[in-house]
Amino acid sequence: MSALKSVVRLLAVPALLVAVWWTATEGSTDYFWPPLRTIVGTFDDTWFHGRLTSDVLPSLLRLVAGYLLALVLGIGAGVAIGSSRTLRAVLEPVLEFFRAIPPPVLVPILMLFAGIGDGMKILVIVTGCVWPVLLNTVEGVRALDEVLRDTARSYRLRRGSRLVHLVLPGASPQIAAGARQALSVGIILMVISEMFAASEGVGFTIIQFQRTFAIPQMWTGVILLGVIGVALSALFHLAEARVLRWYTGLRRAQREG
Amino acid sequence: MTGRRNGPAPAWLLGGLGLAGLIVLGELVPRSGLVERRYLPPVSSMLSALADQAAAGEFWQALGETLRGWAIGLAIAMVAGVVLGVVIGWVPLLQAALNSTIEFLRPIPSVALIPLAVLLYGTEPRSTLLLVVYASFWQVLVQVLYGVRDVDPVARDTARSYRFRLLTAARTVIWPTALPYVMTGFRLGAAVALILEITGELVIGSPGLGRQIAVAQNSNAVSAMYALIIVVGLIGVAVNVVARAVERRALRWHPSIRTEAAV
Repeated sequence: MSALKSVVRLLAVPALLVAVWWTATEGSTDYFWPPLRTIVGTFDDTWFHGRLTSDVLPSLLRLVAGYLLALVLGIGAGVAIGSSRTLRAVLEPVLEFFRAIPPPVLVPILMLFAGIGDGMKILVIVTGCVWPVLLNTVEGVRALDEVLRDTARSYRLRRGSRLVHLVLPGASPQIAAGARQALSVGIILMVISEMFAASEGVGFTIIQFQRTFAIPQMWTGVILLGVIGVALSALFHLAEARVLRWYTGLRRAQREG
Repeated sequence: MTGRRNGPAPAWLLGGLGLAGLIVLGELVPRSGLVERRYLPPVSSMLSALADQAAAGEFWQALGETLRGWAIGLAIAMVAGVVLGVVIGWVPLLQAALNSTIEFLRPIPSVALIPLAVLLYGTEPRSTLLLVVYASFWQVLVQVLYGVRDVDPVARDTARSYRFRLLTAARTVIWPTALPYVMTGFRLGAAVALILEITGELVIGSPGLGRQIAVAQNSNAVSAMYALIIVVGLIGVAVNVVARAVERRALRWHPSIRTEAAV
């Protein structure tokens, strides 16, 4: 009974919103707001006959490649910078500046260096995603528990095992926070990099629909991007819950104790 | 920042060194031919391009457009986020019903709205404003919801027993607890609003610094493009610094700030 209740609670308002959209646009003749029925009807034709593999997949692969590369670079550099007080002080203003540059303006710069191919798009995603990961890793490493750090030093843990057993796990909640921010930046950049210059990709296709006034198709693109965003963030939650299981458990125990 | 081992150099000095190093590197790398000057002009030529820009009225007008769009968008998002956040957070039924909707809508990337905005408003500032409001609204709303959830249950129940009206409860019970969260939302929203403002101008072509960057790119004025990007970065730094200052000022009384200042 309570399961049913929670399902109702979960789906009631979303279902209501879709229903309102459906009925409000039913029989709509407004060129820009086609009936939801038409949009849903064109969804299958628009995406599931070839575009899924020729446009959506390449975009997602570039996103994954850029995102993973940014994670590796950000965590690596973040651990190095976070462990050294001097290095941190030297680099702080520089990092503040680079973080403050809105990532999409990097697209014109990187087009100069890397042309308009896959390399440029992946590079755009890397340069945008790396900052949240890097800065959060620095913070996480800096805020490591003093006692744990001193204990590791007293036991003369070697550098490698200190990294694996102390630094990375200790900083992981912060790193996860940075990785979450980076993911939404990455999705934005995936789309933006394709809006500039591309011949395939989700962003390119949607802009193409808009330019050719293929309105229902454009709407399906907007919905598809929304679905991609929601799905990736759900995946991230799953992964985060798995990796940080010890941490959420600890927090709960602390709160109850 | 107190050093134990023979007094390390102060942070501002080291930070200054870092910045100076970046500038020297930016000057020497293109001059030595390590990177082609077509791609990365030396810092000095970026600065002279910046001086050219500053002499033209167009630059200042674009700067004004960008700042205005940012401020209006952020203000709308703040008001909407705080009001809706307090109402939704305070009424348990509303929160339970809307939670899933918020979780669904929040990760929708704001750039998905670009084609829609272009169709509706063309290259008017309004189309960029739509993106700015949409993106920063979620940042504020989610933080306010966290803040309202953090209200002490006893205070909450007391307010309910005394049948405080929503406005009274908001002022006396919710606001003091939620304020730190509201300020976090403000800081995050301010940064996101700037990103979307520039992105909208760059991609859609609404007036502002972003469009100037696109113009410089199309006319192959590489130094001017870099100069504008530096300006945008400096605005970003200023936004972060100001947002943090506002946060500290509004929360002077709050333990998290007080202890920070005492150490």
